[in-house]
Amino acid sequence: MAFLEVKNVAIRGVSACVPKNIVENASFYNDWWGGYEQFLAATGIAQHRNSTPEVCSSDLCYKAAEELLGALGWEKETVEALVFVTQTPDFYNVPATSTVLQDRIGLSNKCYTLDIALGCSGWVYGMSMLSSLVRSGSIKRALLCAGDTPTKFCAPTDKSTYPLFGDAGTVTALEYDETVSPMQFAMFSDGSGYKAININDGGYRNPINEASFELKEHGEGKVRNGLNLEMDGESVFMFGISKAPKAIKSLCEQYGIDMSEIDQFTFHQANLFMNEKIRAKLKIEPEKVPYSMQEYGNTSCASIPLMMVTRTAEALQTKKVNHIACGFGVGLSWGAVHFETDHVVIPQLIEM
Amino acid sequence: MEIKEFIQNFADQFEETEQDVFAPDTNYRELDEWSSLIGLSVLAMIDEEYDVQLKGEEMRSTKTIQELFDLVSSKL
Repeated sequence: MAFLEVKNVAIRGVSACVPKNIVENASFYNDWWGGYEQFLAATGIAQHRNSTPEVCSSDLCYKAAEELLGALGWEKETVEALVFVTQTPDFYNVPATSTVLQDRIGLSNKCYTLDIALGCSGWVYGMSMLSSLVRSGSIKRALLCAGDTPTKFCAPTDKSTYPLFGDAGTVTALEYDETVSPMQFAMFSDGSGYKAININDGGYRNPINEASFELKEHGEGKVRNGLNLEMDGESVFMFGISKAPKAIKSLCEQYGIDMSEIDQFTFHQANLFMNEKIRAKLKIEPEKVPYSMQEYGNTSCASIPLMMVTRTAEALQTKKVNHIACGFGVGLSWGAVHFETDHVVIPQLIEM
Repeated sequence: MEIKEFIQNFADQFEETEQDVFAPDTNYRELDEWSSLIGLSVLAMIDEEYDVQLKGEEMRSTKTIQELFDLVSSKL
């Protein structure tokens, strides 16, 4: 089992940036496909933010980073690691976007940078990796940038994807601190489910070709091409409602965590119906499970920190909060983390 | 695992459809009330009541309640 306990790392701040442009699902859903009310009941997603063509996830994270560094009062040279979690990098991975961001933000060259190609589980995985770097104290300050522009890879003619996703960029600032309680992780993967959420063409497995651009119908209301996201909603739902509760139970069992002492459960924000099933299975009170998908849709790896910035900032800024967060999805990959925050710096949501 | 109980559990996911509409040979996807949300509720019910996690394409391969019942039974 991939359990991890990481001592001496604190979350000092979280920031988020979303595009100004709001797309309301009600405005086109019935014109295209009909059944908007059912869609809303199933997903909870009324609107999402769509970036304009020239805006990348790194741009959203850049704004969030500048804002957070300013709010924390951190000198740029003191940041010694930057990890960028994204599935919508600036380039076709050559080079990685984390190095480009290092330069744009103005961090020193004495900086460890890395990209992580994960979506829904990306923030939890990113935290497990970056906190592990900071734990020993030689890298004292680090930024976890998690951002995606999934609206760019959804076909507007596909009802199973386009209305669900939104764009966002977030930054979580970590710092070495011997006084804080450890972060505890339980991490999982199942590649047998890789087809449940994937983009078929464009990599090296199925290189881009003329046929990649041809729009095909994959069932009623699902028209897309090989470069668009494909999602098997039913399989993903089943995966979510069975694996997420089990992951949280394993985490609690392994580390003797009493779930009744957790103040806030932050699940990856993809689908309200699914998340409510997860909450019910774990017998958690509704007040402990805030949601933000209604307003922002599924923002991939950004969804957990975006939820914190937009829904629970006040509690995080003013109190000690005991958290469990769980990200689950594309890969299939999932992870759960237990951590505490104490007076975190959270700037207002940035819109660009 | 009894089909009668399964049909009851299946029917419980619907709000407007008459009870007597649900029979083993009912073509469930053709019911007026059927929607993707009800489909997800049925999947969740199968997970909760029978601890069986169906994949999307497995459920989509069934047409009648009997076929769905047989699929779930085969996984017990």
